[in-house]
Amino acid sequence: MTSIGTGYDLSNSVFSPDGRNFQVEYAMKAVENGGTAIGIRCKDGVVLALEKLVTSKLLKPGANKRISTVDRNMGVVSAGLTPDGRHFVSRARDEAAQWRSLYKAPIPTAALANRMGSYVQAYTLYSSVRPFGVTAIIGGWDSEVEVPVDGQVGAGPAVGAGGKKEGEKHGGPYLYMIEPSGLYWGYYGAATGKGRQAAKSELEKLDLAAGNLTLEEGVKEAARIIYVAHEDSKDKEFELEMTWVSSLSGPTKGRHEEVPQKLREEAERLAKKSLEGDDDEDDKPEGEKMEE
Amino acid sequence: MNHLKKGEVNLGTSIMAINFKDGVILGADSRTTTGAYIANRVTDKLTQAVADIVHYHLGMYGITNDEPPTTQTAAAIFQELCYDNKDQLSAGMIIAGYDHRHGGQVYSIPLGGSLHKQAYAIGGSGSTYIYGYCDANWKEGMTEEEGVNFVKGALREAIKWDGSSGGVIRMVVLTAKGAVRHLYLPDRSNYEGPGVDTAKI
Repeated sequence: MTSIGTGYDLSNSVFSPDGRNFQVEYAMKAVENGGTAIGIRCKDGVVLALEKLVTSKLLKPGANKRISTVDRNMGVVSAGLTPDGRHFVSRARDEAAQWRSLYKAPIPTAALANRMGSYVQAYTLYSSVRPFGVTAIIGGWDSEVEVPVDGQVGAGPAVGAGGKKEGEKHGGPYLYMIEPSGLYWGYYGAATGKGRQAAKSELEKLDLAAGNLTLEEGVKEAARIIYVAHEDSKDKEFELEMTWVSSLSGPTKGRHEEVPQKLREEAERLAKKSLEGDDDEDDKPEGEKMEE
Repeated sequence: MNHLKKGEVNLGTSIMAINFKDGVILGADSRTTTGAYIANRVTDKLTQAVADIVHYHLGMYGITNDEPPTTQTAAAIFQELCYDNKDQLSAGMIIAGYDHRHGGQVYSIPLGGSLHKQAYAIGGSGSTYIYGYCDANWKEGMTEEEGVNFVKGALREAIKWDGSSGGVIRMVVLTAKGAVRHLYLPDRSNYEGPGVDTAKI
């Protein structure tokens, strides 16, 4: 980076002569140092997973959760500066609440991603602020059934509303990733943080676009991918944090929740096993060997 | 709280909306005055202002979310405005609409600002005379023709018995095909014609 030290990297809202905003690029550096965070959009839900690096032996295991619930059906995981991530979540909750107070319905995942993208982008425009030092992954399940208006009384005609267009699909799993520049895209699988390259190549192998991966398989894959991504920083201790949100008929009934301890431990066991014996594939239970 | 707002006059009218097989039908008489003088124009304008605000919100929703708002969105915004301004407002409202996902829906917002999802809703001074008529004649899942006849029959009774309802009967039929307006006149053998107002489709 030849232009570093020429003065164009000192302030936000100042472009370098070749059209870059260095403050945003430095923010992305901060993200690259954070523990790996991933999201997988499965056919019947979304999994969020995080490699939480343990910075002290004095920290209580399992405490200090880093994946947050924004609305009942939506979660956020981020890599980078933890306090920035918490501020991001706080704003996301405000946006979700504001949507609810106006429209009396949960905010669609796409709408939240859009609002948060705008919010993050605004922090690249002014010299008085610095950009967010996080890349955040938003995972949510937009209800596939009709939801009543919050607070409504009654249910309409007993035979149901007439004139509906039958067979149309509504709602489903959604996954977005927002970068420090404010850029956001919708993804089948998203990864950020230190081990993102390894994680991304693992995610690509899953052929998520085909939409065959189930949520339960997704949980196991997510755990395995975090373990794979951790390989490069093996010397550091870490904790696996995982949450999921399923369809209404699935295990979380459309809510964003922590993956149950039993399932998480099982996923971790399989993840460790697959790392130990990368050659003896036969040990892997079904679902681990996807789309080969 | 004083429930009768200062200077309030019962704004004579009859309105209703129903669910039917393919969507919803909204109906109203055309009289907006009571007796010889025009009643409380201010209240009427407040109601109009609420509708304008909701119209703005729905327009905004369509632009910012790349998809049209649903009837529920409209009902939610109306309800919030009606509840927040219950001290100033003296109008009950009926919200009816059609969208592909939810089909036809009818919501009623009475004076306090609560939100009721109903099979059909009636309102205005004339409605008090037709609770019995509607209850006796209501059928779920009516055809469009049956629905139009139900609304017409109900409003005809409302106009007959309510001195401050009158004029013509207007209807709008909302289905997947869009909105079709109807007009029925009193001088054409008891609101029989001309029916669908093709000039305004």
